[in-house]
Amino acid sequence: MFEAIAFYLFAFLTIAMFYITVTTSQALYALSALAAGMIFISAFFFILGADFLGAVQIIVYSGAVMALYAFGMMFFDTTRDVKEKQGNKAIIIGLSSLAALLVVVIVSAPIVGNNVEAFYPMVEGAGNTQEVGMVLFTKYLVPFEVAAVMLLVAMIAGIVLAGKKMDLSLTLMSDSELMNMKEEDKKVNV
Amino acid sequence: MEIGLNHYLVLSTILFAIGLVGVMRRKNLLMLFFATEILLNAVNISFAAISHYYGDLTGQMFAFFVIAIAASEVAVGLGLLIVWHKKHNNIDLDNMSSMRG
Repeated sequence: MFEAIAFYLFAFLTIAMFYITVTTSQALYALSALAAGMIFISAFFFILGADFLGAVQIIVYSGAVMALYAFGMMFFDTTRDVKEKQGNKAIIIGLSSLAALLVVVIVSAPIVGNNVEAFYPMVEGAGNTQEVGMVLFTKYLVPFEVAAVMLLVAMIAGIVLAGKKMDLSLTLMSDSELMNMKEEDKKVNV
Repeated sequence: MEIGLNHYLVLSTILFAIGLVGVMRRKNLLMLFFATEILLNAVNISFAAISHYYGDLTGQMFAFFVIAIAASEVAVGLGLLIVWHKKHNNIDLDNMSSMRG
C-alpha cells in the first residue's frame, strides 16, 4: 500500500520536474527542476531496494553533475531566453512516439519471453551494498577498471579544454591589455 | 494495489519520451545536455526495476556504469561547450553547421 502511494507520488513529481526542464525557456529553472527530478528518481531506487544505487544517484547527479552544470553556466549568458527550434511538429511528435514505442518493445521483450534467469542472484542475508560489492569486484572488475580510466581521461580532458588562459585574470587587466588580447584572438580565429 | 515491473517500465518510458522531446525541440546545447541526462536516468530506472523483480544484480551494475559514463560525458561536453562559447559567444546548434575544411 505504502509502496503504491510512494510510487505514484514520486512518479508524478519526477514527470512534472522533467517536463519543466524540457519546456521552460529559463536555463536556471531547467537546472533546478533537473536537480529536483534527479533526487526524486533516487526515491525509486530506494523503493526498489537498491540503496547503494540511490545514494550514488544523489551524490553523483545532484552533487557532482549539477554542481558542474551550475559552474559551467557561469560562463554562459543564461539570463537570455532560450530560443526554440522551429521544426515540423508532426514529425517531432511522430518520431518521439515511435522511439518510445521501440523502447517499450525492447524492454518488455524478456517479459513476454518469460525465460529470463538471474545471472548473479542476490545473496541471502546480505545488505544491498554488500551484494553490490561482491558482484562489482568479482564479475565486473574489468569494466570497473575501464570506467575508472574513462573518468580519469574525462577529468584530464575537462581540465585541458576549460582551463585555457585560466592563469590570466581578466578583472585585473587594464582595458588596453584586454583589447590587445581580443585582437590577437580574432587574428588566431580567422 | 501491487506495484509491478510494468509500472516501472511505463514510468521509464514516459520519462524517456520527455527526454526525447527535449532533444528534438531544444536549440541551446546546454538544454540538450539536460535532456540527455533525462534519457540516461529514465533507462536507469528500468535497469533498477528489472534488477529488483528478477532478483539479479546485473541491472544495478549497468546502472552504475551508466552513471559513470554520464559523469564523464558532462565533464568533456561542458569543457567543449566553454571553448566554443569563448570563441563564438553563443551555444546555439544552428550556428554550428558551418564546418570548413
